[in-house]
Amino acid sequence: MSARDEILARLRTALADGPPPVQVPRRYRRVDDRADLVDTLIDRLEDYRAVVHRGLDALPRLLSGVDRLAVPTDVPADWLAGYGGQLHRDAPPLSPAALDGMDAVLTGCAVAVADTGTIILDAGPSQGRRALTLVPDRHICVVRTEQVVGLLPEALTRLDPRAPLTWISGPSATSDIELNRVEGVHGPRRLEVVLISSGA
Amino acid sequence: MSHPVAPATGDGRIRTPLPFPTAARAAVADPQLRANLHRATRTIRAKRARVVDEVPDWEALRDAGSAIKADVQRRLPELLEQFEASATAAGATVHWARDAAEACQIVVALTRAAGADEVVKVKSMATQEIELNEALEAAGIAAYETDLAELIVQFGEDTPSHILVPAIHYNRAQIREIFQRRMSDAPADLTDEPAALAEAARAHLRRRFLSARVAVSGANFAVADTGTLVVVESEGNGRMCLTLPETLISVVGVEKLLPTFTDLEVFLQLLPRSSTGERMNPYTSMWTGVTPGDGPQTVHIVLVDNGRSAVLADPVGRPALSCIRCSACLNACPVYERAGGHAYGSVYPGPIGAILSPQLTGVADNASLPYASTLCGACYDVCPVKINIPEILVHLRQQAPHPPAERATMRLLSWVMRNPRRWAAALRLGRVGAGPLGAYRERRTGARTLRRLPWPASAWTRSRDLPLPAPQTFREWWGKQ
Ligand code: SF4
Repeated sequence: MSARDEILARLRTALADGPPPVQVPRRYRRVDDRADLVDTLIDRLEDYRAVVHRGLDALPRLLSGVDRLAVPTDVPADWLAGYGGQLHRDAPPLSPAALDGMDAVLTGCAVAVADTGTIILDAGPSQGRRALTLVPDRHICVVRTEQVVGLLPEALTRLDPRAPLTWISGPSATSDIELNRVEGVHGPRRLEVVLISSGA
Repeated sequence: MSHPVAPATGDGRIRTPLPFPTAARAAVADPQLRANLHRATRTIRAKRARVVDEVPDWEALRDAGSAIKADVQRRLPELLEQFEASATAAGATVHWARDAAEACQIVVALTRAAGADEVVKVKSMATQEIELNEALEAAGIAAYETDLAELIVQFGEDTPSHILVPAIHYNRAQIREIFQRRMSDAPADLTDEPAALAEAARAHLRRRFLSARVAVSGANFAVADTGTLVVVESEGNGRMCLTLPETLISVVGVEKLLPTFTDLEVFLQLLPRSSTGERMNPYTSMWTGVTPGDGPQTVHIVLVDNGRSAVLADPVGRPALSCIRCSACLNACPVYERAGGHAYGSVYPGPIGAILSPQLTGVADNASLPYASTLCGACYDVCPVKINIPEILVHLRQQAPHPPAERATMRLLSWVMRNPRRWAAALRLGRVGAGPLGAYRERRTGARTLRRLPWPASAWTRSRDLPLPAPQTFREWWGKQ
């Protein structure tokens, strides 16, 4: 008998007592009615020591110190207005070593969750593949206010489960040395969020 | 199926080499270990309480989480078949392993087939359970742990002592010393500043990440309707392993399933707050099979039984399979706080280890673990999926070999504890020394302690008393501690 068939048979035998059907009570909140979702998001992000900027005007200033910038191929042109450094589009795909030599990466996101301060990337428009936002030490992420939802359940309904999903809540961190929080172990050590409103 | 196949127990690092009281004696006598554990459990407990308190629907989330997991257990065979079909359709290859040895063989064969003689690893309890690092090493394949604490433990040739902070038994000076001794590229002037130590680990592992061809991970959740795997982490080493190598092999216990992608909305709220006391952990990765041009192009999933079918076969003990490895019960447990993780001798320490390990191996092989508890109920209170650990402990004590009089007591206790009203009444009786919990004893100081545990834990109580709930509810008692 194959391992598969044997394990499935063992599990069926184990359930010989016939446990009754289960009703899952879903009395938890599915929607957040808070008015100040963007303020909550900013508060949570800053709590994780991410740096938050408002308005597209913040971008040129942020990028002025970046010599080598990686971007997904479909990054909106207006995000790069006036950028004078070396621009590396991810086509053909940049090698891990090339990504390691970048000063920063600039992307958008799919959804942001106010309640937990989480930014979700799904490899959709202006986000690129996963390695792009992982290897460079600094991640600059543009979040449109209409992408902000209140709670996790709201975020999940906006996502395609089959896309590779990366949820980011602040920069990489560890607390493993005497419970001291240290920012940045293997992922980007700096996360900067630029919030722009619809149509901006 | 014409011949029913019996559920089977598992092996690997889930067996106590020594009875718990013997193993705990060393820990109890080690002042640094006890101080570290004391500080860690209290700090994490306080953080957890703060972020749980800000969630108005926490109890509703726990109820949903508990029910979803009960549903998973009831439908495990069909959900596994559904998961296999979804993951396969998305480009993954699914393998099945009856026990630890078979799981290791599969991973070794896949690594060899990929032409690699080393793998990078994301912290995973399942791979620790099956002793995969040892099996890889025996096959001439180097396994590199990439989680900072796991790296420390691996360098120290030690085993983890906590699910969440595996190296909690080391101080920063010891970590610096271990790095200088074992990390070939450690800076000569390495200090014991946490930032400097983290930086050294970052530099050490970066080249390895950028060149690794095969990664091995576990998974926190496996979603049946989509075939998605989920890994929750902090440092980004998980993302590195799950993203950069060509081949990814994930070792997943069969109990990790969730029926639907939507169910993640419950568990991704329960897990981070219960575990690290954060609203959300820094990174969560989800992948479904292969995504062309993005991440590993060869994706394998090894579904492991190794004793889980035996746990499923016991209707009382079955909910132990609901555990999401948050470690909240460890941090709440007065016994764990004193004894530390090593005393449990298994990869699963603390209250969950005390019920899961004996069920995975069969109680006879881990008979002392169900006694590694005061039955105070703190673990049940904090468990995000509401596993009634005290009830299962008592149930398992009945099965451990011990004298008939004691077995009768345990049967009675079990009956009492299965019903909240009976349990409350028994506690009241116990307080006046007349009930089945007559082992309670008011010391002259007024503190309530358990003086004598039944064998084999009696060796433990010989050296010290264990605190028990004050004559109020557990919550009141805990508030005072
Ligand atoms: S038993 Fe409950 S509290 Fe303990 S680790 Fe598992 S899920 Fe967490």
